[in-house]
Order: sequence, then C-alpha cells, then structure tokens
Amino acid sequence: MNPINFVILAAILFSIGSAAVLLRRNAIVAFMGVELMLNAANLALVAFSRIHGQLDGQVMAFFVMVVAAAEVVVGLAIIIALFRARQTISLDEPAELKG
Amino acid sequence: MVSPVLFWVVAILTVVPALSLLFARKAVHIAMSIVCVMVGLAAAYVGLDAPFLGVVQIVVYTGAVMMLFLFVLMLVGVDQREDTRETIKGQRWIAFFTAGGIAFLLISVLGRVSIAPQAARVGNPEEIALVLFGRYVLVMEVLGALLITAAVGALIMTHTPRLTPRRTQSEVQAARVLAGADPVNKPMPGVFARHNALDVPARDPEGKPIEHSVSRVLEARHQMSDGDEFRTRLENTSNPEDSQLPNGAPSADSDERTPRIGEEDQK
Repeated sequence: MNPINFVILAAILFSIGSAAVLLRRNAIVAFMGVELMLNAANLALVAFSRIHGQLDGQVMAFFVMVVAAAEVVVGLAIIIALFRARQTISLDEPAELKG
Repeated sequence: MVSPVLFWVVAILTVVPALSLLFARKAVHIAMSIVCVMVGLAAAYVGLDAPFLGVVQIVVYTGAVMMLFLFVLMLVGVDQREDTRETIKGQRWIAFFTAGGIAFLLISVLGRVSIAPQAARVGNPEEIALVLFGRYVLVMEVLGALLITAAVGALIMTHTPRLTPRRTQSEVQAARVLAGADPVNKPMPGVFARHNALDVPARDPEGKPIEHSVSRVLEARHQMSDGDEFRTRLENTSNPEDSQLPNGAPSADSDERTPRIGEEDQK
C-alpha cells in the first residue's frame, strides 16, 4: 500500500481538528483540536519522509513535537490564568470585552 | 511497502476517536479519545519505518501532554458545562462547511499525486541522531532555548502574588492564645487502656476527665466511657455481674465485650 494514503489520513485528521477548533467553546477541547492538527501534520511529515526515503521529515516531526510540548505548557498556563481571573474556561466569555 | 492491514487499523483507531472532538459532551471523554488517537499515530509511525518517533510519540504525547491536559481539566473544568447556544448565527454549519472544504481540497489534490516510494531509511535512534546533530544542530540548540523559555513563561503565567504578608509561627501562636483556644495540642484519650480505649477520656492533673480528648464521633454516637466506671470494672474483674455491665466492660475470663450503650440500636 502506497504511503500516500497516510497523507490522506492526515488530511482527514487535520480537518476534524480544525472543525473542533471552530466549533467547541471549551478552551481545553479547542486546544485538543489544535493538538490533533499538529499531530496530523506530523503524520504527513513522517509519511513524506517514508516516500522520499530521507530522514529530514522525521527530524522535522521531532521538532514539531518539541514545539508542541512547549506550546501545550504555555497554553495550559494561559487557560489556568484565564480561569483564575474569570472563573470560566469558555472561549466566548472573554468576548464580552467588546461591549 | 506498508501493510494495508496496518493502515486500516490505524485509520479506524484514529479517525473514530478523533470524531469525539466534535460530538462528545464531556471533556474527560474527549481527552481519553485523543490518547487513543495518539497511540494509533504511534503505531502508524512504527509502520512507516520511524520507530524512534513512534516511541517518542507515546512518551511525549500520551505520557506527558495528554496527562497534562487531564491534570488541567481536573484542576479547572471537569464540572464546567459547555454552553451550546450560538453567539454567532450559523456558526456550527459554517464550521462544518469550512472543515469539510479543507478536507475536500486536500484529499482531491492528494488523490492525484503519484510518487513512487523510494527505498526506506529506517529512522532508528542512531540514524536520527546523525541527522539531528549534523545538519540540524543549530535548530536543536534553539529548541533547547525555546523549551526553557516556555517553562519560565508557564511559571510566570501561573504565578500569583502574595497579597497578605506571611504569618510567622509566633504570630499564629499569639493569635491562638488571644482567641482563648488551647495553646497546646489536645490530650490523647485512653487512660486505663485495656481495650482500644479511644472512648475513655484523658485526665488532667487534678484527676478530672478531659471530655474533649475523645473524638466527637464517639460522643455523637454515645459510645464514650467514663474513666472511673472503667477503673472499677478493671479492678473488680471477679464481679459476677461483669457481663451485665454496659459500655464494653471486659470480663475476667474472656476477651469478648458486651455491647455498648447505643450500639445495639444501630445494628
């Protein structure tokens, strides 16, 4: 089976993740959608690395994982700070700032 | 070539739990489904000749990232209701349409691609390390700086300043004396311990029982024993009416105790 099928699978996962980001109000769930999109990109990178027989794609996926770990730490810290300030993690609540 | 069985197993193992992001109600269920997706992706990496990345995926994503998600979920939002009313009109359909459009666009382009796969280079740790510390060594250093910055940033973000000055131990003690509370610890129960004498009050230097040394629970159940009564029983174990005595008095020749006051009607 051609590894390009994994890239198609990655495209499907990416769309599911983007739909979750657009749809959900819970900040943590939307954040998990972002994680799914990052992982879909990783899967595409690894599949391309397999197709081309080079290791650069896998190294890039490794870098994406490192950046995603840093991003999760900062993002969850932001969510905790938001919860402390407003007692909610809904993404719509801060919109009341616009009046 | 990649085994078709592996591909379909991975596809089902990732897409079906991923759909819970859109349809599941509880955030904890979604987090566990995403853990399942991550494990499926790790299997895909191993199948795509990247065993090192597969292991890293398990360790970093299911082990660290998703557990961090669950941790924060338990901390802030596990009982938060998600409001389903729409603040933007038709947002749900716009979201579905946009995501479907992205999927259609990507798949229609990818469906026409025909690349003949080259011979695989297995991404075992040695090979990855040669590339990582060869061509990409500068990126590696920058990522180290990024990780440290992220850790410090998270510390700053979750830091709360102390609004009141810290109370020292002597201040706590002075406040306790001022409030009229006992300045020392409560005495332990259990004088004349013959059985588990948590129900017998301790005594003060004058010999009077200190009632509050017995647990409030025993007091509420009326299971407290009187110290003097208990002593009489102990000193007079040849009393033939011993077994008739209340409050769990021990008899001379057996370790069995009679039921206490109030214990009967709870059974």
